[in-house]
Amino acid sequence: MKVVVCVKQIPDPADPGALDPETKTLKRDSKLILDESDSYGVEMALQLVDAAGDGEVHLVSMAPNNEVSGLRTALAMGASSATIVSDDALQGSDALGTAKVLAAAIARQEPDLILAATESSDGYTGTVPEMIAALMDLPSVTFAKSVAIDGGAAKVHRQTEAGYDEVECPLPALVSVTAGVVEPRYPSFKGIMAAKSKPVDELTIADLGIDAGEVGWAGAGQEIVAIEEAPSREAGEIIEDEGDAHERIVAFLDELKVL
Amino acid sequence: MGLDKIWVFGEANGDAVASITLEMLAGARDLADTVEVFMAGDGDDYAEELGEHGADTVYSTGDLGGALPGVAVASAVAAAIEGGDVDAPDAFLLGTSQDGRDVAGRLAVKLDTPVITNVVALEADGDHLIGSEPVFGGTTDVKTKNTSGKSGIFLVRPKSFEAGGVGGAEADTEDLDVPDSGAAGAARITATHAEESDGPKLDEASIVVSGGRGLGESDAYAMIETLAKSLGGAAGASRAIVDAGWVPYSHQVGQTGKVVKPTVYLACGISGATQHLVGMKGSKNIIAINKDSEAPIFAVADLGIVGDVHKVLPKLIEALANR
Repeated sequence: MKVVVCVKQIPDPADPGALDPETKTLKRDSKLILDESDSYGVEMALQLVDAAGDGEVHLVSMAPNNEVSGLRTALAMGASSATIVSDDALQGSDALGTAKVLAAAIARQEPDLILAATESSDGYTGTVPEMIAALMDLPSVTFAKSVAIDGGAAKVHRQTEAGYDEVECPLPALVSVTAGVVEPRYPSFKGIMAAKSKPVDELTIADLGIDAGEVGWAGAGQEIVAIEEAPSREAGEIIEDEGDAHERIVAFLDELKVL
Repeated sequence: MGLDKIWVFGEANGDAVASITLEMLAGARDLADTVEVFMAGDGDDYAEELGEHGADTVYSTGDLGGALPGVAVASAVAAAIEGGDVDAPDAFLLGTSQDGRDVAGRLAVKLDTPVITNVVALEADGDHLIGSEPVFGGTTDVKTKNTSGKSGIFLVRPKSFEAGGVGGAEADTEDLDVPDSGAAGAARITATHAEESDGPKLDEASIVVSGGRGLGESDAYAMIETLAKSLGGAAGASRAIVDAGWVPYSHQVGQTGKVVKPTVYLACGISGATQHLVGMKGSKNIIAINKDSEAPIFAVADLGIVGDVHKVLPKLIEALANR
């Protein structure tokens, strides 16, 4: 079984993010890392291939300057190979532009299953996986909290507002997984060393037959008209607990007449 | 009024229209002359409530036989527009829910038009909409305009508009025919499970008590439940402890969980990651208890207690029980 996992490499969420006022895109000056949200898809893919008895996990990512530091983390976890798509024309790409690029790169792999996170930690549009499935004309199940493969179909527990649905979906298909669906493994030293020599295919949009006008700012069909500081909440009273903080909380609730 | 027509994606919980749908109807009424709903299922069941909230017409697919709404609804809408059965609206509004995101993603590809996501406010600009989305934990607002020349698709976050009836007449109902999508439409729901809960719903409660990693262990979440119950409120959780498996996802407050705007939000052992702040910053009053005085949660708290939840909460629970 061949599983492709969509992997996003993002600026470290621990660093404060900022928008470049000129390009109106997220500043990506620092090293990019594997989005933690994607570590669940990578782990799930490795487990499913293990359970199937044979197969491989291939990663697909889109990032500036053939950045691979996040991909190496996922390769160290056990993925076999990766595709990275980089192109200056991709700056400013929206969810649909990104999905077009990823779908074209994934299609070259002819996978049985495509896994993605439900949303990235930095852009969190939560729409790219479904768009990829639509572009590839594949069925999809989003928001999976468990995934099993049985007789050429994915059996998925899909999170709902009230609980979950059991969903069956024939392969090939795309499944997006929620954070926490599995416990991502830590790369072993051996895995980290092996990852350095695993094949990473570097592609441009021309390699994928995508026109520059379809992606980036040119293809986004939208324009950022303003970036404004949001009205902030004023911080209130802060006290150290000296053993009586609960009394202050009760008094506060009393003032609000909610008791 | 700027726009001629807005379509709102309708969702339901059993017999009732989902609150996100009613909220979007309230927002759409102020922006367009005509507001219509499109939805999976039988629109007749909801025409009265949707009409009361300002919808003129409800387009519905009928029973999908277990198919997921993403492919079915999007292909039905695209077919109706391409076939000339309906005029394309100026904009589509969908809620940031599981199904809302699926339909938006599929529809964007079918119509080759962008989706503007995480929208919390909308304004009309000529016959276009501008969506406002908070980034960096709500410290910055980005305003984005659809310039594609086609209908814009907007994914709207819950609690962005205040729902309210306007005494409208029962909405007209129209059928949306679902074309055969072949393999792409082959996913089927085979069973549905609902988690039981008592007390007020998390996103409707006037008091929400939430717990996070600072609780230390899953058993300590019982304190959150006890406190929520004694206050007549609902128990929430940060993503960290939901991911860790301490509490079900239905309790999650934040970017990927519920958006809450209660009268009082009590954050216990929650540091206040961006992911969490986005889901609770709109609360009228925020109380935070955290050991770390540098925790970001204190920047939004009206009352901040620098202290150990294991010491403060038992005393607070006892004090409330003695009243």
